[in-house]
Amino acid sequence: MPSRRQFLKFGLGGGLLLAAAGAARAQRPFVAASGAEALAVLDAGDRVVLAAIVPALLAGTGEAAGQLDAVIGSVDRAVAGLPPHLQAEVKQLFALLGSWVGRRWLAGVRAPWSEASRAEVAAFLERWRFSGWRLQQQAYQALHELVFAAWYARPGSWPAIGYPGPPEVR
Amino acid sequence: MIRDPIRAGIAAGWKATDASTLERDLALEADVAIVGTGAGGGVTAEILAQAGLDVVLVEEGPLKSSSDFRMVEAEAYPQLYQESAARKTLDKAITILQGRSVGGSTTVNWTSSFRTPPATLAHWRERWGLREFTPEALAPWFERMERRLAVATWTVAPNENNALLRRGADRLGIATAAIRRNVKDCWNLGYCGMGCPTNAKQSMLVTCIPAALARGARLVYRARAGRLALRGGRADALVCQALDARGVQTTGRRVMVRARHYVVAAGGIGSPALLLRSGAPDPHRALGARTFLHPTVAVAALMPEPVGAYAGAPQTVYSDHFLEGAAADGPIGFKLEAAPLHPLLLGMTLQGFGPQHAALMEAFPHAHALIALLRDGFHPDSPGGNVGLRDDGSPVLAYPLTPYLWAGVRRAYRAMAEIQFAAGARAVLPLHERAAPYPSWPAAQAAIDALPLAPLLARVMSAHVMGGCAMADRPERGVVDPLGRHFQLDNVSVHDGSVFPTSLGANPQLSIYALAARSAVALAAALAGKPAVGGT
Ligand SMILES: Cc1cc2nc3c(=O)[nH]c(=O)nc-3n(C[C@H](O)[C@H](O)[C@H](O)COP(=O)(O)OP(=O)(O)OC[C@H]3O[C@@H](n4cnc5c(N)ncnc54)[C@H](O)[C@@H]3O)c2cc1C
Ligand code: SF4
Repeated sequence: MPSRRQFLKFGLGGGLLLAAAGAARAQRPFVAASGAEALAVLDAGDRVVLAAIVPALLAGTGEAAGQLDAVIGSVDRAVAGLPPHLQAEVKQLFALLGSWVGRRWLAGVRAPWSEASRAEVAAFLERWRFSGWRLQQQAYQALHELVFAAWYARPGSWPAIGYPGPPEVR
Repeated sequence: MIRDPIRAGIAAGWKATDASTLERDLALEADVAIVGTGAGGGVTAEILAQAGLDVVLVEEGPLKSSSDFRMVEAEAYPQLYQESAARKTLDKAITILQGRSVGGSTTVNWTSSFRTPPATLAHWRERWGLREFTPEALAPWFERMERRLAVATWTVAPNENNALLRRGADRLGIATAAIRRNVKDCWNLGYCGMGCPTNAKQSMLVTCIPAALARGARLVYRARAGRLALRGGRADALVCQALDARGVQTTGRRVMVRARHYVVAAGGIGSPALLLRSGAPDPHRALGARTFLHPTVAVAALMPEPVGAYAGAPQTVYSDHFLEGAAADGPIGFKLEAAPLHPLLLGMTLQGFGPQHAALMEAFPHAHALIALLRDGFHPDSPGGNVGLRDDGSPVLAYPLTPYLWAGVRRAYRAMAEIQFAAGARAVLPLHERAAPYPSWPAAQAAIDALPLAPLLARVMSAHVMGGCAMADRPERGVVDPLGRHFQLDNVSVHDGSVFPTSLGANPQLSIYALAARSAVALAAALAGKPAVGGT
């Protein structure tokens, strides 16, 4: 009788992405630290990817541009609170995107992340959003959730949407 | 200054141990070890402690209380929810909200209180052999828990988010009713989902658990029950791992509890997972199977006047119009309720990105949201999901969204949009990757009929995990008997939402409280006069 663990492994179907990410990790170019606040779980390469993706997702929120480091820090803190299996998935996703193969062939972004235009990044996000490949859809949604959660977690984002914040009770 | 009953209790000498601070392994003995401190575990602890039994409660999450509840999403989700509120089904198509702190999901739930619907009980009697589950037989258990937890009709006017459901439905001749709530002196703040800062919500955290602790029960938190050590059809010990202060990594310290009886109350997903990790006998492949979610879909509406869906008691009006008369063998029925909105959860749930997403968020004060909770598990085409284990032992639910469910989703979108337009909506927006704001009911109707319905396109959520350790009249079709006793393990019971053989068609807390009370009273009687641990 197949064990339930086996059933899950086969059901996961993420093996391909994970394998690709594993390979990607090895080819990853060295990225110098940017000097911004230290991250708990994400690394400098992940920061470069996020620095391209965050402005594309948050375009239209007005304040986002000046708060890039704060938003990335907030994503990092959120990831650090996730259970190990989810942390691993997120880190694999960033490693994949940070690799040349991942960026160029899976995301379809020609320019390095640090030079990619907002339009090019937005086009990649839109492709993954409606991709016929479930893993790309899942990855898009993971990025969407991480970044919007990080943004709307911040009281600084509230005035623009008319949220007064929690009431006083003490 | 609001009195914090938990901090006061700890100061008064309650025995509560934070396992993250353990410097060496901990070994405990008790009459009963209870895994999980939510709806099922909390009620069980109070009843057993009242019966004079020595109880140890083990909880994976932290002990947080009113002084910690600051109504801030970024703090509440990582502290009080399983997987920081990012738990999902295997294919990531359904987001699952479950609590993970002392009090379990009751610490963060929205206080809606319903008895198990008679139609659900009738189905259980007919289909699952649960002959004693009549409304009359259960009434005393419901009454007992309603008294204990101050369940009462909420007489304050509903907030606008809920009033809109009533208004729209009224205009269409669709019946609605008021939701009863388990609150005392509620401030009508609307932050129940982040932990009640005023202790108005009569969750397990401020009722049954303090009562049990006051009678000497011991609580060990930030300790994850890893497995039951089984031998000869019995459990010998409960083996737990201590977690670090943020609840992410194990510290390497172990907590071992030896007890005469073990009550598994780790909730849907959590309870079957513990039994799976323990290698519990499962001759009929029932364990973890038939896990139900009330798969929930949402339609947001843009109203001309401010709604302020972030403020005011979150759920006070409901409609069972689309549930009543739904035959078990017919199209799926659904319950309609309003949902509170807060920026973080809304921002991550709302489809799209860039300027279009930002523009929708700017309408936040005018946003109204309805949710439809699908009653899964009644029809053969709605068999629910299966709990399995990852390599690291953590649980994951595989829940296929079947065409039968999708047909219900489409009807639910239509029902919600029509009610919202009847209530005066300027535009409605199903939470779905392919949906846009629709400016009129005809436009919405046509668009909804054409929406592709598939995993990861429609946003599907659940805050109601049920089943996986189903009760039944006989072992061939369940995991536990109608009193929660495991069919194959003599001294193991399950007292929580995982014992339901189908979903309920109503928010589950009161059903869990009542059934847990019924099982716990029987267990207390059975344990009275039995030899102490090790003496068998
Ligand atoms: C946001 C939200 C809103 C809700 N609103 C309502 C509502 O308005 N009305 C209603 O009726 N219902 C509501 N519910 C659902 C209701 O609260 C739950 O159905 C109910 O609390 C489930 O009870 P339970 O005992 O099965 O599990 P839970 O209450 O979830 O308790 C299980 C506990 O076990 C712990 N646990 C799990 N695994 C382990 C382990 N291995 N070791 C140790 N501990 C473990 C968990 O951390 C948790 O504390 C809501 C739920 C949520 C999340
Ligand atoms: S609405 Fe009432 S029960 Fe809910 S958090 Fe506010 S005071 Fe507590």
